[in-house]
Amino acid sequence: MALQGNLQDFSITQLLNLINLAKKSGALLVRNNAASARVQFRNGEMVYAQMDEEAHNLPHILFKANKITDNQLRSLQNRSGSMGEKELGLLIVNAGNLSQQDIVESLRSHFSNVVRGLFAWEDGQFKFDDTQEHSGDHIPVSISVDNLVIEGSRLVHEVEQLKLEIPDLNMALAFAERPGIDLKKFSLSVDEWRVVSYINPKNTINQIAKASKNNNNQIRRIVFSLLEAGIVRMVRPAGAPTQLDGLESAFPGVERSEQKTLVTRLIDRIRSI
Amino acid sequence: MLTVKMVVTGPFNAGKTQFIRTVSEIDVVSTEQAISSEAERVKQNTTVAMDFGRITVDESLVLSLFGTPGQKRFDFMWEILSEGMLGFIVMVDSTRPETFREARNILEAFRAFSPTPYVIAASKQDLEGAWDLEDMRIALRLDADVKLLACVSKDKESVKNALLELLESILLELDTNPN
Repeated sequence: MALQGNLQDFSITQLLNLINLAKKSGALLVRNNAASARVQFRNGEMVYAQMDEEAHNLPHILFKANKITDNQLRSLQNRSGSMGEKELGLLIVNAGNLSQQDIVESLRSHFSNVVRGLFAWEDGQFKFDDTQEHSGDHIPVSISVDNLVIEGSRLVHEVEQLKLEIPDLNMALAFAERPGIDLKKFSLSVDEWRVVSYINPKNTINQIAKASKNNNNQIRRIVFSLLEAGIVRMVRPAGAPTQLDGLESAFPGVERSEQKTLVTRLIDRIRSI
Repeated sequence: MLTVKMVVTGPFNAGKTQFIRTVSEIDVVSTEQAISSEAERVKQNTTVAMDFGRITVDESLVLSLFGTPGQKRFDFMWEILSEGMLGFIVMVDSTRPETFREARNILEAFRAFSPTPYVIAASKQDLEGAWDLEDMRIALRLDADVKLLACVSKDKESVKNALLELLESILLELDTNPN
């Protein structure tokens, strides 16, 4: 039976572990509403990975790894034409720009980062196709997934903990009412500052995540650190159901004045116990 | 007859079942089972579905008290029990700081289920080693306007006080929004 299903039932970490232990060869194709990815394996080791929406040719990978400059990227793109990856790699090495080791390490790092990106996916379809072999035109790279599995397992555990701390991303954030609090005294990261700039009881955590380009795990991690530092507190967003709305459902069909009478009667009764 | 309900929640072994027993006019309908996990064997039995207690005001009004299961694996019951509640009490064992984080998580979960008033009851305040309320407030990350009450589940006056404080919060909410 084909290895396919939903990431809600079988996580990326579990898939990597299975492919690794069974020493499988083929392509793992993963797709959700926003993106798709392809990770290629040979005998249980990762040999290639790409997010379909990202530029993934060799010059771009080297540029992202800060191995080549903007000018070198443009020059390589102009010259590469229909060159295969191996041929292009040879061209770069022969030009004396980079060593073979630099190129291989950049590819290893890029492929590992693609898989790290997949760890954040909570939902999506996956399919392992053992008929798809890796094209011979790519620079041969082989990465053991053991460490990625451990890394992914840690992340899954962290995500579960963060979900308990911040179960509802439809809540909003407000600055904590602490006298003398001075944000400048905190050593916040760039990502944390970006989130802080959107804090307002009108904005839900979900909206802040979208505006600051963070996925659910990233926003939970940032919000958690801000909560732990006592900088912010969680509040109901403006326009969300209020406590009064909640009370309406506790007294269905009862007028407000009558609701107050009922509560007063409850108070009197409990006092008399 | 109108029946309104309050929910008593909190981590495992915080004193929820005893809290309801102390004020309920009926024997608490409890779904207790012997504890199987070694790690949680600090008591013999635990609630697996819910506890149910009742306080009758008169023939037209009844207050039901529902206690939630404290063990994490029964948390699917929380949302069911929170539906249509008047308010909720989060019980936190003042002598077991290792449960404070879970209490905070439970509070956030219930706040997400339903925007009703709530109070926090710091239970077992009569025991040696109970944390001070102000230290608990910081550990639980509670704002100054959240009611954190000292509580002893076996003490009727203490339990009545927690219920009354919650009802006062509900009344205040209704008073602030008269229409």
